[in-house]
Amino acid sequence: MVETLLEIHGLKTWFKTDDGMVRAVDGVDLRIDHGETLGVVGESGCGKTVTARSVLKLIDMPPGRFEGGRILWRGRDLIPLDDQEMNKIRAREIAIIFQEPMTSLNPVYTVGDQIAEVIALHQKLGRKQAMEGAAEMLRLVNIPNPQHRVHDYPHQFSGGMRQRVMIAMALSCQPKLLIADEPTTALDVTIQAQILELMHEMKDRFGMAIMLITHAMGVVAETCQRVTVMYAGKVVEEAPVGELFGQPRHPYTQGLIRSIPRVDRAAEKKQRLEAISGTVPSLLDPPPGCRFAARCRYASDICVREMPPLKEVAPGHFVRCVL
Amino acid sequence: MSRQWILRRILLVIPAMLGISVLLYTVLALAPGDPFSELAQNPAVPPEVAAALRAKFGLDDPVWVRYGHWFTSMMRGDWGFSFVSRMDVDTLILQRLPTTLIVIGAAQLMAILVALPVGVLAGIRPYSVFDQIANTLAFIGFSLPTFFTGLLLILVFSIQLDWLPFVYRADINATGWKFYWEHIRQSIMPVMVLGLFQGASLVRYVRSSVLDVVKLDYVITARSKGIGERKVVTKHVVRNALIPVVTLVMLQMPVVFGGAIVTEQIFRVPGIGSLLISAMLANDTPVVMAVTFVFSCLVVLCNLIADVLYAWLDPRISYR
Repeated sequence: MVETLLEIHGLKTWFKTDDGMVRAVDGVDLRIDHGETLGVVGESGCGKTVTARSVLKLIDMPPGRFEGGRILWRGRDLIPLDDQEMNKIRAREIAIIFQEPMTSLNPVYTVGDQIAEVIALHQKLGRKQAMEGAAEMLRLVNIPNPQHRVHDYPHQFSGGMRQRVMIAMALSCQPKLLIADEPTTALDVTIQAQILELMHEMKDRFGMAIMLITHAMGVVAETCQRVTVMYAGKVVEEAPVGELFGQPRHPYTQGLIRSIPRVDRAAEKKQRLEAISGTVPSLLDPPPGCRFAARCRYASDICVREMPPLKEVAPGHFVRCVL
Repeated sequence: MSRQWILRRILLVIPAMLGISVLLYTVLALAPGDPFSELAQNPAVPPEVAAALRAKFGLDDPVWVRYGHWFTSMMRGDWGFSFVSRMDVDTLILQRLPTTLIVIGAAQLMAILVALPVGVLAGIRPYSVFDQIANTLAFIGFSLPTFFTGLLLILVFSIQLDWLPFVYRADINATGWKFYWEHIRQSIMPVMVLGLFQGASLVRYVRSSVLDVVKLDYVITARSKGIGERKVVTKHVVRNALIPVVTLVMLQMPVVFGGAIVTEQIFRVPGIGSLLISAMLANDTPVVMAVTFVFSCLVVLCNLIADVLYAWLDPRISYR
């Protein structure tokens, strides 16, 4: 039996704004087992990032608020924990890397200082040993000449290199789970592949699980074992990766898969890339029914009236759709 | 930060000072009145004697010749002679300068010590009760001019309560602790007036700068590391927030010196500010020239410090 690391049940993270409550995350369920890579996909604004930050409680409260649900980390609910208790989990057990490597590092400290800060704190080491640890981490993420580069500042690194530094920092305490919040979105394609490969390598080396948040279906197909598809603050489908791409059940998932660019089709058949028409609905007082109904080609009356439950259609394959 | 860069930055001060001295000298030469203008109106002095005196002291030479004289003697350490005080200008200034520097320095120190924690606390908890109170007080603080708050303090603490002296005395007949105590007592009000005025605007700068920084990605990164909130703020927020504040503080220095002149006048502090005013009223050109030059030196020095501090705070600035 594989240990379940993270289990999120009915998580609701809402934000109070001048116009009312924005239900950014409105009842999300997901699960990550030891050593697996879970892909969380969905278009911009569907609540992926808020879900990720909720796990580490990095949401500013106020305006943010947990309206309900539980975040179970190895069986222990994180929501009632105070900052001090969370700080024992952050970086040591769950680490996170962000979308923008250009702005995620503090410009006034050397990268070595920033990595050593985590090592010194969680491993109770002196400054000198922590700096050695930082150089070792830079070597692990394939930064050339690490002994020298620990003393460089973030602005002396390129975007891809900075994301490597972020990975080095995140992994420096050997966390059990790495949350990667669109780690490659801001990078160019060749660097994207390198960073994904690095994350994979690190995953095997440290035996950690990865929660990979992305909107690139291609990345999911290559790297994940299971996928959770989110739409407008809710999970609409969850399945093992092969099954999701082979038999997508939710119309939104089907649309996402059809919107993956395929060079062969574009070149031979002059086929246009399919897009899902319309945009994500406002999360301010969302309608009662299925949130995708307005954009769904199969939508019927019942879809508009009530929210379908998440039901299991095959072992490990859940769908929130009446079809 | 390379030593070479600092050296080059210091060398840049020389042309700046030269330019300032030329400008000051020309403006003063163009202004009406010189130390001998009173002589001309004095019926006891025959016009030819006055003319001979003017010629002897070189007052009728062209401006650039006079500037040359002034410059060469100043380089030799001769700052001129005060016609009114019958003293060498450099001794006069050296007598007064420490008082001004202590008052301004203490005021600036107080401003920073008050504004930094208040501004940071207000910035990390925007729109909280603390922030609202701090903002209101800061607004009042920098809206009231120093000559008003100065008089108000004198009225309350010297005249009503009789706790503090309202005239600053340089000649205190006391030794040991009592000497220092008296100096502190008489400095409290001028330092408060200047310091609170400076501190009030500084609070606003620090607050808005902190407000800009706390939203940035690297602060979230810092939180995700599990270092406590206090360290996130002191280490990752404050240092970055200080970068623009340093520039503003140093750019404000000329205003501070200007404010000091007013404050010195109100509290009768025998500093170089009050020396400047009395010299101007007495047409004592050598003193006016020397004091304004000292003020510009101080401003240039502050800018130098700002550049070095800025470079130390922000490694992205390259020193080439």
